[in-house]
Amino acid sequence: MRGEQSALSPRGPEAELLHGLTWLLSLGGAVIFLLTMLLLVLALTGRARWLASPRVMVMLGAVLPTIVLIALFAHSTGIVSALGRVVGAPLVIEVVARQFWWEVRYPEQGIVTANEIRLPVGRQAELRVTSPDVIHALWIPALHGKIDMIPGRENRLRLTAGEAGTWRGQCAEFCGSQHTLMALFAVAQPPAEFEAWAARQRAAPVPESAGRAVFARAGCGACHTVRGTEFSGRIGPDLTLIGTRQSLGAGTLENHRDTLLQWVSSPQRVKPGNAMPDFRGVLSDDELREVAEWLENLR
Amino acid sequence: MAGESAVTPNSLPRPEGELEALKAAWVQPTGWRFPTVVNNAVIGVLYVATALLFFVLAGILALLMRLQLAVPGNDLIGHATYNQFFTMHGTVMMFLFAVPAVEAMGVYLLPAMLGARDLPFPRLGAYAYIAYLIGGLAFFASLFWGLAPDQGWFLYPPLAGREQSPGINADFWLLGIGFIEISAIAGAIEIIVGVLRTRAPGMSLWRMPVFAWAMLVFAGMIIIAFPAVIWATILLELERALDWPFFIAARGGDPVLWQHLFWFFGHPEVYIIFLPAAGMVSMMLPAMAHTRLVGYELIVVAMVGTGVLSFGLWVHHMYTTGLPQLSLAAVTGASFAVSIPAGVQVFAWIGTLAAARRLQWEVPTLFILGFLFVFVMGGLTGVMLAVAPWDFQAHDTHFVVAHLHYVLIGGMVFPLLAALYYWTPTATGRKLSDRLGRWAFWLIFGGVNLTFFPMHLTGLRGMPRRVYTFPSGQGIEWTNLLSTIGAFVVAAGVLLVLIDLARNFRFSLNADSGNPWGAGTLEWLPQDNFATRSIPLVTDREPLWTNPGLPREVEAGQHFLPGTVTGLRETLATSPMEATPQQIAIVPGPGWAHVIAAIGTAGFFLALTVQAYALSLGFALAGLAAMLHWLWHGTDLGPIHPPVDVGAGYRLPVYAPGPASLGNWALAVLLVADTAIFACLAFTHAFLGLAGTEAWPPAGTVLPPVPWVPLLLLGGGSILMLVSASATSIALLLAGLLLALLGVGWDGWEWWRSGLRPEAHAFAASVCASFVWHGFHALVALVMGGYLAARGVRGRVTPERRITFDIVRLFCLYTAAQAVAGLVLCHGLPRAL
Repeated sequence: MRGEQSALSPRGPEAELLHGLTWLLSLGGAVIFLLTMLLLVLALTGRARWLASPRVMVMLGAVLPTIVLIALFAHSTGIVSALGRVVGAPLVIEVVARQFWWEVRYPEQGIVTANEIRLPVGRQAELRVTSPDVIHALWIPALHGKIDMIPGRENRLRLTAGEAGTWRGQCAEFCGSQHTLMALFAVAQPPAEFEAWAARQRAAPVPESAGRAVFARAGCGACHTVRGTEFSGRIGPDLTLIGTRQSLGAGTLENHRDTLLQWVSSPQRVKPGNAMPDFRGVLSDDELREVAEWLENLR
Repeated sequence: MAGESAVTPNSLPRPEGELEALKAAWVQPTGWRFPTVVNNAVIGVLYVATALLFFVLAGILALLMRLQLAVPGNDLIGHATYNQFFTMHGTVMMFLFAVPAVEAMGVYLLPAMLGARDLPFPRLGAYAYIAYLIGGLAFFASLFWGLAPDQGWFLYPPLAGREQSPGINADFWLLGIGFIEISAIAGAIEIIVGVLRTRAPGMSLWRMPVFAWAMLVFAGMIIIAFPAVIWATILLELERALDWPFFIAARGGDPVLWQHLFWFFGHPEVYIIFLPAAGMVSMMLPAMAHTRLVGYELIVVAMVGTGVLSFGLWVHHMYTTGLPQLSLAAVTGASFAVSIPAGVQVFAWIGTLAAARRLQWEVPTLFILGFLFVFVMGGLTGVMLAVAPWDFQAHDTHFVVAHLHYVLIGGMVFPLLAALYYWTPTATGRKLSDRLGRWAFWLIFGGVNLTFFPMHLTGLRGMPRRVYTFPSGQGIEWTNLLSTIGAFVVAAGVLLVLIDLARNFRFSLNADSGNPWGAGTLEWLPQDNFATRSIPLVTDREPLWTNPGLPREVEAGQHFLPGTVTGLRETLATSPMEATPQQIAIVPGPGWAHVIAAIGTAGFFLALTVQAYALSLGFALAGLAAMLHWLWHGTDLGPIHPPVDVGAGYRLPVYAPGPASLGNWALAVLLVADTAIFACLAFTHAFLGLAGTEAWPPAGTVLPPVPWVPLLLLGGGSILMLVSASATSIALLLAGLLLALLGVGWDGWEWWRSGLRPEAHAFAASVCASFVWHGFHALVALVMGGYLAARGVRGRVTPERRITFDIVRLFCLYTAAQAVAGLVLCHGLPRAL
């Protein structure tokens, strides 16, 4: 489960713009801070009487800042409009945040997945975000800043992955007990690989095994959808091809058979307060193992 | 030249017994009667101490949180507790420490600085303090039962709505904070009237100490800003308790409405905390540097400018809510603008240091220099955050945590600590320990930078706020560890300050400060339980520098009002601009009524929170009875003494009804706050109507007919109330009030008959919320009317003795006017949209 989550390592043009601002503002701020402190020290030595006049006060405290801030204002406005630019025909992705995970839909491709946003390198994506429960915020610092996900509203954020890679993102607006464990991954792939992934998602092969029967018997389908099966619940994450995903529990665990077993058995221990009940005690150890194995093979 | 040769307002020798009578009038209650104390110097010290207690308590929560975040994946504190901790840390620091602490400094210092014997409404001040003490402690104690709010100090719905937060945790926030706000407004009224009306003769606005200007702007900002959060808490509580969907999108509400109301308060809040602290710095620096403040006028303009501008940039807390580009630009511009007055002040302080004759390198100076360092840093990161696109990255990360702590610790805690060391001699007669103070400074200064400087990096490397743990491998392990170490260094410094206070702070009302720093302002005059023996004639900004003989003259009784005229506690009321003596204002002394009223108020809100409705009603009635008792016996005493000479030929009345009476001023200020709440009510209607994409009002809504009859009743009632003044006719006034209330009731009935139900839709809920507000005013007006009638029956209302009458009449007229505005709003807006 690797993936940088830093605004200081931009991986796309939008994040690069913001990163440029980070440098400008940090260095500019540092210079102004040091100069001000220098004047303070000069004042303390008693050798800068010229500082003790209202005229100097207005020059240093009002006129100079006004000039600097007007320039900064112009620059900032330029960046906002550059960020608003639509490049080509963006890939539309709908992201719906819930306590405490992310549903990710590709309406044009007919794909639904969770806690992972796949992106083709070099093509702008338009994220249309909202939430049915509380306010969340989507933040993948390697690609862009935050956007709030507000019940009753749809917000949009356009971002582009400039290179292939996997980056971590996280909910940035406090959304309740497990706000902390609400992460996701952005996975950028060359366009051909992305198309292959999308084709696989659409085909969504489902292996037959004992685990599937247990899944059905335990009523998992009441909350979860697995495309290509009768399971069509809408409460929890869509589990179609869950075996291909980076993490479980929205970035809480790495994704392999052991952690799948751990999650299915006792999600309340792994991520207390999430909506899924523990199945240890409901299902036998063998049954739990069979479910985990089946889920792992959804890939 | 000073002393004997100068012409003073009163001459020597003073009549025998004058001093003794003055002392007797101001004698302080002791022993079991101590809780009845109202004197501003005593209440002020208790107030500061209580605020410091909450600072320590909230600080302990911070230490526990830093321990949790010391290493990745830590499980020291569970998520549920952690969420309560950060909510309480923010809430307690903001509402129970920062605002009360600066307000407390005002209560303690202002009368002495202005040359008044006390604040104009000491019992109101004591009441506000006691309510804050009880309410604050009970609110904090909710942590021990796991009932503390856990939605963040901003309490955003829908997370704070009933569905998501069914427990009473959020109600603790809403009701607890609700009445702490009321206490803050009470304090603000007292400060505004005190600063504008009880200054020493000759202390025109331009001769007023900067701190008084700062507190005036502070109080004015409270009066405008706090109403927004009061209204927001009313709406959320109505939603939680009665399911009125103001913030529920599915029924026409909007969660963003809360954010606007909350931040319209929340951003000015920062300056509400900062301005008094800046004012204190502007008082201390000239004394420590033995030179006049450079650019006094500019500083005053800068403070007023900050106050005004701060109301225009609340949206910068909402950059990521999906605003249009134009709004982003406008708010960035406004946020930039507010940094200009701060810059002017910073260079005024640097200039004053540059002009120093002989800078005293003492503990207050250290804390002021620390303040300049930390605050300038915080200000600059604030400019960074004001750049909207950059805020997309930094928003809600630890970068913001670093920024806000630099601003608030730098801008408020450092000045407060400087002030503690600087003004302690006025309360105890001697300085605090120099040695402990220096150690404390270096530990706190080093610790703050060690805690918060690395935190900038923590945030940019991807750590959001309000998370109880973080993954390893993101390059934030060592920055978090440094922050944790730094937090404990700060704690060590604070501990030293507490030890110093415990060892060296011995409060006394008649301690002689001895003016150890050689300051020039009036709070360094010799004080007794009556404050200064006589009220000095002020001729410039640093009276003690211009006239070194002033302390002796004042103490000998050569200035104004050197005794008590009526045998009661008195202070001089002066004109707001030039401070010309106008009347002798009688200020109330100790009593139990305001204590019971405060317990009643706090008990009412707390019992309401835990849903003990009968108990809460009991508290409300007890509190109300105590308030009426206090008003009946302590206010509007009438012309009990003929006009009297107070010095320099000023013959002043002891009872002066009319627009200049202090009671009228207080009500006028209160009505400004009231109007601000009404403005928020109107904003609620307009925002919900305009921001949504659906039809407003919702399809199928039947609007009641145009309310001609209610308008007629309100108009007729208002005319009766207007004409009642000339004859001081209680009957006419009450008839007018009843007519007006009938109008409101009529309109409410029409809405109800048309099928309006508040649970159905946000439109109906906001119309009903207006009626809740009118209903509350009607209730208050009726209580006031009944009280007035009772006073009339007992012969306490006459054409001469009419302050109560005037005040009740003004409130009733306001109630009617507000009802008319509400009517126009509720009927007009849906027809216009």
